[in-house]
Amino acid sequence: MAVLSALHGFVAGIGASVLSLFRATGALVLFAAQAILHIFTPPYYGREILRQMLRIGYFSLPVVGLTALFTGAVLALQIYIGGSRFNAEGVVASIVAIGIVRELGPVLGGLMVAGRVSASIAAELGTMRVTEQIDALTTLSTNPFKYLVAPRILAGVLTMPILVAVADTIGIMGGFLVGVNRLNFNASTYIANTVDFLQAGDIISGLIKASVFGFIITLLGCYHGYNSGRGAQGVGTATTNAVVSASVLILAANYILTEVFFST
Amino acid sequence: MKPKIELRDVHKSFGPKHVLRGVDLSVQKSESMVIIGGSGTGKSITIKSVLGLIKPDKGEVWVDDIRADKARGKQRDILLNKFGMLFQGGALFDSLKVWENVAFRMRRRMSAGDARDVAIEKLRRVGLGPENADLFPAELSGGMQKRVGLARAIADDPEIIFFDEPTTGLDPIMSDVINDLIREVVVEMGATALTITHDMTSVRKIADKVAMLHNGVIQWTGPVDDLDTCGDPYIDQFIHGRAEGPIEALR
Ligand SMILES: Nc1ncnc2c1ncn2[C@@H]1O[C@H](COP(=O)(O)OP(=O)(O)O)[C@@H](O)[C@H]1O
Ligand SMILES: [Mg+2]
Repeated sequence: MAVLSALHGFVAGIGASVLSLFRATGALVLFAAQAILHIFTPPYYGREILRQMLRIGYFSLPVVGLTALFTGAVLALQIYIGGSRFNAEGVVASIVAIGIVRELGPVLGGLMVAGRVSASIAAELGTMRVTEQIDALTTLSTNPFKYLVAPRILAGVLTMPILVAVADTIGIMGGFLVGVNRLNFNASTYIANTVDFLQAGDIISGLIKASVFGFIITLLGCYHGYNSGRGAQGVGTATTNAVVSASVLILAANYILTEVFFST
Repeated sequence: MKPKIELRDVHKSFGPKHVLRGVDLSVQKSESMVIIGGSGTGKSITIKSVLGLIKPDKGEVWVDDIRADKARGKQRDILLNKFGMLFQGGALFDSLKVWENVAFRMRRRMSAGDARDVAIEKLRRVGLGPENADLFPAELSGGMQKRVGLARAIADDPEIIFFDEPTTGLDPIMSDVINDLIREVVVEMGATALTITHDMTSVRKIADKVAMLHNGVIQWTGPVDDLDTCGDPYIDQFIHGRAEGPIEALR
């Protein structure tokens, strides 16, 4: 009997979590649809959009740039070690470039920005929720979705590709510095190899990924902040959930996007 | 006369907590109604249901000829344009300067310069000098923030103004200043006002009529002058602040 009821509790527990997962997914999809609708219908808050672009793009530059620099440097060393086993050390320049542009630039950049921006958006909107600032917006005839959510998501979608393009350049430069100074490649050969083997598709696929990640980062920041629970604890939970869910979704979306680009 | 605001049998629960259990309340045009009641009895929820910030589970809310709890789109815009609201915690936008807070609603149809002028005029109205206009809300004291919130609520000359605990957390002198301001605004602007408070001094100063919310319903409502003579045991306990009586104090 005890075993049966324990089993029942266990199964019911799984059922409840599956249901709540579905409910959360549905709520998120509705939230996203509403946000997209508001992005494309007036009024537009241009100043808010610019402010958010600055916050997401410009102020993330140091952390994303440093991440890219060290990643490019490490990549050059690792590929050199791997390549030397096949007597193929010459591929370092081109593989570093492809690896950074197609994969590591957008993914690591996305994860770093998720930590920074999802968290701060969730904390900001969560605080606005618990201090009734979101209610105040409504009573001042301003739709919070238009004024708060739409500018942030639009800024994320537009800014992430620019940020990642800069990060790609810095990452390749990191590889170049290690390649030339540590691995004794000829500088002009290294650059020639980088340029010659990099295709437009590599760059474009990476930037599309960046844009999608920008959407995920800002959407989850807004979603968790907007629906924040009450009190300081509610805001804390919202912040954590935003970062965790944005990071996981970025990795999942990255796999799906890579499959799509792989087969086209 | 047809009331300006009318709530009919409004119910609202949060999970198992049945907060409003059939609130009936009407406020006439240009009248100053004050809702009193203990903490957590649902006073804020009541006015939020008029503004459509929360949806009642049951009942009707009317503002003029608009069903406020059902209004959407254009109708909701018309409705919200009638209101000014002072939130319990001020709810000032902390990323915007004081004048931008006050002028928030007008910003869309005015140039920045004009909006700033209107904002400074409204700030003067609540006793704040122009030197405060370019500060951020966090740089102001609690009493000053309340006044900025008040200036924002009255900035666009609304027909109806809600004040949620305008004097809570203020010293007695500042409370008196705010009470005077509210009374002034109601009389001068001819606005309909609905104020929440548990400060009896405020009640006597700003109310034409009083409603007492307890156990999710309006227990008593009447003119402020009848407060002391109405003989209602709830009112009696509340205005004298007694621990013993029909209102059970949670310990
Ligand atoms: N969003 C909410 N979720 C759950 N409970 C709520 C929410 N808002 C208010 N409540 C509960 O409803 C009750 C009434 O709240 P409120 O109207 O703010 O009280 P007050 O009369 O002090 O203004 C309180 O017990 C509060 O805990
Ligand atoms: Mg309240």
